[in-house]
Amino acid sequence: MEALDLHRLQFAFTVTYHYLFPQLTMGLAFVILALKTLGLRRRDEAALAAARFWTRIFGIAFIFGVVTGIPMEFQFGTNWARFSAQAGESFAQLLAMEGVFAFFLESSFLYALLYRERDLGPRVHWIAALLLWLGTWASGFFIVAVNAWMQHPVGTRVGPDGGFELVSLSALFTNPWLWPQYAHTMLGSLVTASFVVAGTGAFYLLRGEHVAAARRCVQVALPTGLAAAVLAAFPTGDLQAKAVLEHQPVTFAAMEGLFHSEEGAALTLIGQPDMEALDLDNPLEIPKLLSFITYRRWDAEVHGLTEFPREDWPDHVPLLYYAYHIMVGLGTMFIAVLGLATLALVRGTLERRPALLWSLVLFLPLPFVANTAGWMTAELGRQPWVVHGLLRTADASSANVSGGNVLMTLLGYAGLYTLLSVLVVLLVARVVARGPAAVGASDGHAAGGAA
Amino acid sequence: MSELWYVLLVASFGVYVLLDGFDLGAGALHLFVARDGAERHRVMRAVAPVWDGNEVWLIAGGGTLFAAFPRLFAAGFSSFYLPLMVALWLLVLRALAIELQHQSRDAMWLRFWDVVFAGSSALLALVFGVALANVVRGVPFDGGEVRFVPLWTDFRLRGEVGLFDAYTLLVGLTALLVLAQHGAAWLALRLARAPLPRLAAASRRLWPAASLAALFSTAATFAVRPGVLDNLRAAPVLFAFPLLSLAGVAGTFPAARTRPRTRFLASAALLLGLLGSAAASLWPQALPSSFGSGGLSLHDAAAGPAALRTMLWWWLPGMALAAGYSAWVYRNLPAVED
Repeated sequence: MEALDLHRLQFAFTVTYHYLFPQLTMGLAFVILALKTLGLRRRDEAALAAARFWTRIFGIAFIFGVVTGIPMEFQFGTNWARFSAQAGESFAQLLAMEGVFAFFLESSFLYALLYRERDLGPRVHWIAALLLWLGTWASGFFIVAVNAWMQHPVGTRVGPDGGFELVSLSALFTNPWLWPQYAHTMLGSLVTASFVVAGTGAFYLLRGEHVAAARRCVQVALPTGLAAAVLAAFPTGDLQAKAVLEHQPVTFAAMEGLFHSEEGAALTLIGQPDMEALDLDNPLEIPKLLSFITYRRWDAEVHGLTEFPREDWPDHVPLLYYAYHIMVGLGTMFIAVLGLATLALVRGTLERRPALLWSLVLFLPLPFVANTAGWMTAELGRQPWVVHGLLRTADASSANVSGGNVLMTLLGYAGLYTLLSVLVVLLVARVVARGPAAVGASDGHAAGGAA
Repeated sequence: MSELWYVLLVASFGVYVLLDGFDLGAGALHLFVARDGAERHRVMRAVAPVWDGNEVWLIAGGGTLFAAFPRLFAAGFSSFYLPLMVALWLLVLRALAIELQHQSRDAMWLRFWDVVFAGSSALLALVFGVALANVVRGVPFDGGEVRFVPLWTDFRLRGEVGLFDAYTLLVGLTALLVLAQHGAAWLALRLARAPLPRLAAASRRLWPAASLAALFSTAATFAVRPGVLDNLRAAPVLFAFPLLSLAGVAGTFPAARTRPRTRFLASAALLLGLLGSAAASLWPQALPSSFGSGGLSLHDAAAGPAALRTMLWWWLPGMALAAGYSAWVYRNLPAVED
């Protein structure tokens, strides 16, 4: 493997692993706030117990998000020095804003949220939950804003020395790519948190344990998750696909697995891209549907990959195609499962339908897959560019860091993150095994180790 | 404009050193000043509510460095690739130690994280000192590009040097000692109602070691960078920084009647004096060349004046807001008693 591939692999690995945690905590912060608000307004002890239980898990997931996030910002400089030097002026203020506006907020009130419910009182504690939610969503906003700029660089001019000069910072916030992408990402995070909360609630209901708190979990998480899953598909997912079609047409063709231009193009559900024959093997497709959902006309022409020069194709077409289809396929299933479960909840029959409870439990890990696949679609789809249309990924890595050095640190990350995986599974499993009843409002640090 | 941002950047790294410095120092002393489980639990509780907020000054400082001086961020971080990665791993392990230890009361679990906390804190203090020394001495620029820098060569002061050698390790050791002293001062202040019996003895022993190390490091800096005093001679007001560190050395003298707050402030003065002196002598270089000429100047490293002006509009109010959160945290610290 060449140095460039190793730089890419290390960034892909560290950011993919990292995002397993924020996608949970951003959504969970909202669910915790909802449970706390419900509990305080209705004086509902079960909702407060559920909020405490999820705060405990939030604390664990959040710290894993923090520690795996630290290397991300610095890797721009260590591994992508040419990109940072050339383009930093145009987007790095967004990363600095994340530190200034989100991380200070989160770090200042995390301890209060996790450990000081009793001594700060319900009102201050509720405010801490609110500020944490705002902090996590602000953090996500700045990161998506960086990504939106890389996908669709606005407010930037290439200067005489090749450096990307910042012309307008506000243009980065009115980037047409940004708002649908941000909404879509946050909705994806809500879907993850909803499945985690509802799936755990369903797990307790199936076992007949912690029933009161488990009911609150499904009551809050199912409608939240259903609304988020629907909005993630339409309008935010649809708007994003439109933006890709308009600004990255070659990426759109690769995502859909469309090699040759067609009038009345079919929508592919399943099929394997064959990069030699430039065709799909074993396709299962719905005739004319791709033309319709793309242009709202059944016989509109959709451009295929072969219309574009090969050097502008994303360099991993099959992986991009699979990532996109996995995201869309899972997203559709989420709407179905959450829809059926919410319907049963509203009718009051959910607890008598073990098949539905089981499917909530079994679906619990899948939104992590869907969110990961979604980000892979965005990142693989932008290739071969790091800044779309302006800077190729091949010209972006650090010239003075050799492949051997990167392989060493990549192996180091693999080892370190294996340890992290063991720890997080161990700790979360312990909390889940003990259940909501075991989590009090006490100060975990002051108590000399939580019970 | 790049001058102003240099001052703001040094100031925010200064706050980082003052704040995270004491919890790194407390970590470095953890195994020595706290001998049993109850005492170690007290040290953990002293740092637990604040360490994360303190460390954000590093993350926010890194982001500010990236935005204001993108070419310095790129050249510096890629030159120090391996040690920086190791520092990142240490930050990961240290954060886990502080945040995960209290999840269980199992004796082996507690012990494991005590050692991880202490080891990672001490090594980080050392690595930060080594990094600063490398910035002060410079890196090999070759026609505007930074060449690969070896981790180590023969550990001598001159010739082909590595990132770790006699000079940088001496500065690293100094950083470890002055931060340990700073951590001791913080623990004395924070644990006033539940003092650690061994803390006073540790402070007494640290003072001569830290003061001598700072002195030797300064002397060694004159040897590796002969022009280090040029800026101070040209603008004598900058001598305030070395004087500040001298005042810090005097104020941290372990006299029994010195109040904990005074000693903490004196330790802060020592740290700020050392950092300020280094920053004042670097000017107008962002990353000097170890060949003597051809380094990266602050002006060349900086983003354009328009971008820097825009940045001022949100950075100053944002940092004021952050200072407000910090004030709330430090005013509402939970009591640590027995």
